[in-house]
Amino acid sequence: MRWLNYAPIRALIALGFALALWQLVVWVSGVPRFILPGPLRVGAALWDNAALLWEHARFTAVNLLAGLAAGIALGVVTALNLALSPGARLMLRPVLIFAQAVPVFALAPILTLWLGYGAASKIVVVMLVIYFPVTSAFFDGLMRLPAPLADLALMMRATPLRRLFLLQVPHALPALLSGLRLAVVYAPFAVIIGEWVGSSRGLGYLMLMANGRGQTDLMFAALFCLAGMSLLLFGALEKLGGIRS
Amino acid sequence: MTALSMTGDLWIGDTPLIRNLALDMPAGRWCCLLGVSGVGKSTIARLIAGLPGPQRLDGALSTDDGQPLAQRVALMAQGGQLLPWANLVQNVTIGARLRGEKPDTARALALLEQVGLAGLEHRLPADLSGGQGQRVALARVLIEKAPIVVLDEPFSALDTLTRLAMQDLAARLLKGRTVVLITHDPLEAVRLSDRAWLLGPQGAQDIALPQTTTPRDFRTPEVLAAQAALLSRLHQDMACAG
Repeated sequence: MRWLNYAPIRALIALGFALALWQLVVWVSGVPRFILPGPLRVGAALWDNAALLWEHARFTAVNLLAGLAAGIALGVVTALNLALSPGARLMLRPVLIFAQAVPVFALAPILTLWLGYGAASKIVVVMLVIYFPVTSAFFDGLMRLPAPLADLALMMRATPLRRLFLLQVPHALPALLSGLRLAVVYAPFAVIIGEWVGSSRGLGYLMLMANGRGQTDLMFAALFCLAGMSLLLFGALEKLGGIRS
Repeated sequence: MTALSMTGDLWIGDTPLIRNLALDMPAGRWCCLLGVSGVGKSTIARLIAGLPGPQRLDGALSTDDGQPLAQRVALMAQGGQLLPWANLVQNVTIGARLRGEKPDTARALALLEQVGLAGLEHRLPADLSGGQGQRVALARVLIEKAPIVVLDEPFSALDTLTRLAMQDLAARLLKGRTVVLITHDPLEAVRLSDRAWLLGPQGAQDIALPQTTTPRDFRTPEVLAAQAALLSRLHQDMACAG
């Protein structure tokens, strides 16, 4: 049973059990397929609509990645600025805390109104949603330089910029990584909400449309695509963290 | 070479810590400040190093050449000053890099060899033992050409044999600099000091030392006798303090 030590195999076995149970429930209960399709039917829907799903998934994935990149870049730059300048801390921190209090998801309709039904409004929703967790995690890491290293910077007469990039940033990378983990969890939510509010493309749009037409199997198929996307993102991030540490 | 003198009362906020300090530290010598925990040893280290804190000296801290202390002191602490993400060469050259100067990698390599870490230059601190980590810290102090070096309990986290080896190494490599050694280890004080004081709330008392050159051999009777005498004085201090 050595092969059981390999995590992906354990995950596949667990997934297999869950799918089997699901299929069993569908068979035994005789639930109509527009309420709950079995995994076999969802699998068939995935196969039959592969081209359609691919088309919409690509739109969603591009917006997701663009929003992530923009949000992370903005968050990192903000955190660096806050760490470097007490003035910026004084001015920007209350704004940030206020911004955090606004549920960004609720802004999606307004953003759609301003930016239209295309990609821009989705990218901006993702960006705004992940901006705060990335900024605050990274900023916290930057400000928590251990006392001996802060002393070192003073003894060595470090310039503020070099203190930031040679001591604070390397020390804050694990904190940034936890911010990125949050970002990767929130971003798929955000992009789907953006599409639900108003879109003519994307997995979120496809789910709404399939739901409206009673194509529940297609809806589940779209959901699986989205879950796959999230898993890929998470896996990529863990790889990144693994390289660093 | 720079001599250092410290006189006055030491305060932490509004609380007096040590009164009537009068420490004359001759240039190019090792001076040791010994005391039980909490007496204010590290506070003096921070004061000389110019590091921020609640401490305040109601008196004077001056050098014999009349120049300010700032920028002429190097500090080596008990630990925690190595960058875990940087290799040994990068750790030794961090001072130059933090100031925006060109790091002297060749000298860093030479110093790492001097402290006995040849071949480990590209390791990370996590791969080192406690003693090796303090060797890196010593190399970093050496690359900074500060005439005054403050050693704040640099070897207290090491096992006895490693500590003895590090004492010999530090004594050899820091020759010629004015060293302020903060310690609670009587043997360390007796082995390394040219002058030594026992710190207490009422001031610093002179400690008698053997008339031999440092680093003193820990096997000689006069060193062992001085250590025993010092230990019993510390023991009394501790008993008085409750």
